[in-house]
Amino acid sequence: MTIEAPDAFSGGKTPHFEETARESLADSQLRRNLGKATQTIRRKRAVAVEEMPDWERLREAGRALKSRTLRHLDEYLLRLEESITRAGGQVHWARDGEEANRIIAGIARSHGAGEVVKVKSIATDETKLNEHLEGEGIEAFETDLAELIIQLAGETSSHILVPAIHKNRSEIRELFMQKLGVEDLSDDPPDLAEVARLYLREKFLKAKVGISGANFAVAETGTVCVVESEGNGRMCTTLPPVLVTLMGIEKIIPTWQDYEVFMQLLPRSSTAERMNPYTTFWTGVSEGDGPQEFHLVLLDNGRTEVLADEIGRQTLNCIRCSACLNVCPVYERTGGHAYNSVYPGPIGAILTPQLVGIGKSGSDSLPYASSLCGACYEVCPVKINIPEVLIHLRGKVVRHKQDKGGLKGKLDPENVAMQAMAKTFSERRLYEGAQKAARIGQWPLARSGAIHRLPGRLAGWTDARDLKPIPEQTFREWWRSQNGSGEGA
Amino acid sequence: MRVALFVTCFNDTLFPETGRATVELLERLGIEVEFPLEQTCCGQMHFNTGYQREAIPLVRRFVEVFEDYDAVVAPSGSCVGMVRELYPLAADLANDKRLAARVEELAPKVFELSEFLVGKLEVTDVGAYYPHRVTYHPTCHSLRMLKVGDAPVKLLKAVRGIDFVELPEARECCGFGGTFAVKNADTSIAMLGDKLRHVLDTEAEICTAGDNSCLMHIGGGLKRQRAGLRTVHLAEILANTEEKIKP
Repeated sequence: MTIEAPDAFSGGKTPHFEETARESLADSQLRRNLGKATQTIRRKRAVAVEEMPDWERLREAGRALKSRTLRHLDEYLLRLEESITRAGGQVHWARDGEEANRIIAGIARSHGAGEVVKVKSIATDETKLNEHLEGEGIEAFETDLAELIIQLAGETSSHILVPAIHKNRSEIRELFMQKLGVEDLSDDPPDLAEVARLYLREKFLKAKVGISGANFAVAETGTVCVVESEGNGRMCTTLPPVLVTLMGIEKIIPTWQDYEVFMQLLPRSSTAERMNPYTTFWTGVSEGDGPQEFHLVLLDNGRTEVLADEIGRQTLNCIRCSACLNVCPVYERTGGHAYNSVYPGPIGAILTPQLVGIGKSGSDSLPYASSLCGACYEVCPVKINIPEVLIHLRGKVVRHKQDKGGLKGKLDPENVAMQAMAKTFSERRLYEGAQKAARIGQWPLARSGAIHRLPGRLAGWTDARDLKPIPEQTFREWWRSQNGSGEGA
Repeated sequence: MRVALFVTCFNDTLFPETGRATVELLERLGIEVEFPLEQTCCGQMHFNTGYQREAIPLVRRFVEVFEDYDAVVAPSGSCVGMVRELYPLAADLANDKRLAARVEELAPKVFELSEFLVGKLEVTDVGAYYPHRVTYHPTCHSLRMLKVGDAPVKLLKAVRGIDFVELPEARECCGFGGTFAVKNADTSIAMLGDKLRHVLDTEAEICTAGDNSCLMHIGGGLKRQRAGLRTVHLAEILANTEEKIKP
C-alpha cells in the first residue's frame, strides 16, 4: 500500500516550484479546500495567541532555548543517549536516511514483524522508510487519521500538521467507500472517524512493532514526547511490544522544565488549542507496562550542515507547528504538493534546500517560492526569521550557479541582465543614460498609455497586468529644472 | 536638520510625480529637502533575488551618498526596509567591519515617509485636501519590517474632504514581491486576484499605499480589468491642498 513519492528527498530530479504550483493553482477544488481550511485555522490561532499576555516573551524564551541547545548540541545528544540507556532504552545514530532505514528494518526483522504500525512522523517520510520497509517485505500502516487517508489514496502529505488538508470530507467518504469496502457511509466526521477506528484497532492489536516520530526529547531525563490530537499515537507507542522512534537530532531540549515553554507555544500555534488532547511521554521502558523494548534512532541527514551555517541554522529551531503554512499567502493558494518535499510551506522552502544541499535545480527553486511578505516570521513561535533565511539561501543558489555553473551559469539571461543592471546602478552617468534609453526603447511596446505585452521572461508580468510606460521626465530631470544641475537644494 | 530625499530608482524613473509630491509636502511642512544627484539604487532587487555580491557596491554607494545627512526620507517602505534590515547582512557578506559600522550609524536615520511625518515630525494633519473615496493597502515591508503601524491611516484620516474606507483583509500580501511577480507569475497573479476583489469591494475610487511597486502591481491588474479604480501613492494625496485648485 506504500507509494512512490518522488520528492526532494528521493534522490532524483524534482520539478521546479513554479511548474508544480501552476498545476495546483488551476485546481479549483484544491483552492477551495485549502482556502477554507487555512483561513479557519488562522483565525482560531489569532484568538488562542491573543489571550496570552506573555506571548512575545514565550516566543523569545522558545527561541533562546532552541538556539542555546543547538550551540551545545554535541553535549546534549550524548547526555540524551546516557539517560535513555540508563532507563533501559537503546540509542542508534544514523548519519543519513538510508542508515536510519536499515537500523529500523533490522529491528523489525529481528522480531519477525511483517507489519508495523506508525504514528505520523515526517522524519520517516524524509527517509522514505515505508518504501524501504516494503522492499524488505514489511508493510507499514499509517495510523494517524490524515496519514491513513493519504496512504489509502496513494498520495503524499501536503501539510506538516494536517497531511490531508487538500481533501474535503466528501472526497474522504468516497475514498473510504472504495478502499475500505464500506457500503453505506455518510460524510459526517464522526462516521468517517468510526470507519477508520474499526480498521485501525485491529492493526494496533496485531502489530509487534510500533514506529513513531518525536516532538521533543529531554536530555536530562531521556523522556521522549509525542504531541497529537487523536490518541492513535498513544496506541502506537503503548500497544506493540517493541517501539522504535526516529527523531531528528535538533528535536532535543535540555531539561524537563523546558516543556513549560514549548507546551504553551506548540498547541496554540499549530491547532489553536490551549492544550492538545494527547501528550505522551515515555522514559526508556517500564516493566510490565507498555513496550518492553525501546529504540531511539537519532537522524542527522544533513542537519549538521545546516547547523554550520550561521544564518541558516535558526531553521533547526522549528518545532513543526505549521503556523507558517497556515498564514502563508503562497501556501494557501498552491498547497503543499507544489513544494515537492515532505516539508512544504515557508519552513519547507528553507529547510528542504538546506537538508538536501544547494545545487539541485528543483529544491533550489524553493527559496523563490515567497513574496517575502513576512507573515511567517510574525507567527513563528520560535522566531525563525524565515524571510531572512530565504534571502540568504537565494544568495547561495545564485553564487552556486555563478561559481559552479560554468559558462551556462554565466550566460543565463537573468544573470546577464542582473550584471548589466548592477553596472548601470554603480555610476550616475550610466544610470541616467539608461533612464533615457529605456524611455526611447519602450516606444514599440507602449500603446494608449499602457504596456500590454512584454517580451521574453518579462511576459509573466503582462500576462495579467498592464504596465505603466516610463513618463517623459524623470524625477531628477524635474529636480534639475527646478534647482539647477548642482548638488543639493 | 539636513534632510535628504532618497527618491528610489523606481520612483525616479517610473513615478516622478511621487518624488515631486514628497518634496512639495516636506517643504510645505518647513523642511528644506536636498536631493543628492549621485543616488541611484539601494540594491534591493539584486539582494533579494540572490545577486548579493552585485548588491554590495550599491550598498557602499548608498552609504557614501547619504551618511552625512541627519535624516533620509524615502516614499517607499520596501527600499527603507532594505537599508534598515538587510544592509547589515550585506555588510557581513562583504566581510567589511568598517562598512558594517557605517551602516549601523546610518540605518536608524533612514525613514519611510509616513514614519518620518508621524514619528519624527509628530504631525498627522499635514493640511491636505482630497475629495475622493480612498482605501489604503498596508504594504508588507512597511507593515512587518518597518512596523509603521497606523501612521499612514492617521495621516489619511486627517485629510480634508477624504472619504476613507478600510480595506478588508488589508494585511494580506498583494503578491508583488519584486522578481517574485515574474519568476512565480502564476502564484503572484492568484494573490493579486484576491487583493483586487477586496479593493473593489470597498467601492473606493482610489487605492493608496506607501510603495509604488505594490501599487504598480495592484494598479496594473485593475487597469487590465478596466475596473475604473486607480492607484495613487500616499505622498500625492498628502501633497494635495485646496490652494492648489484655486486660480
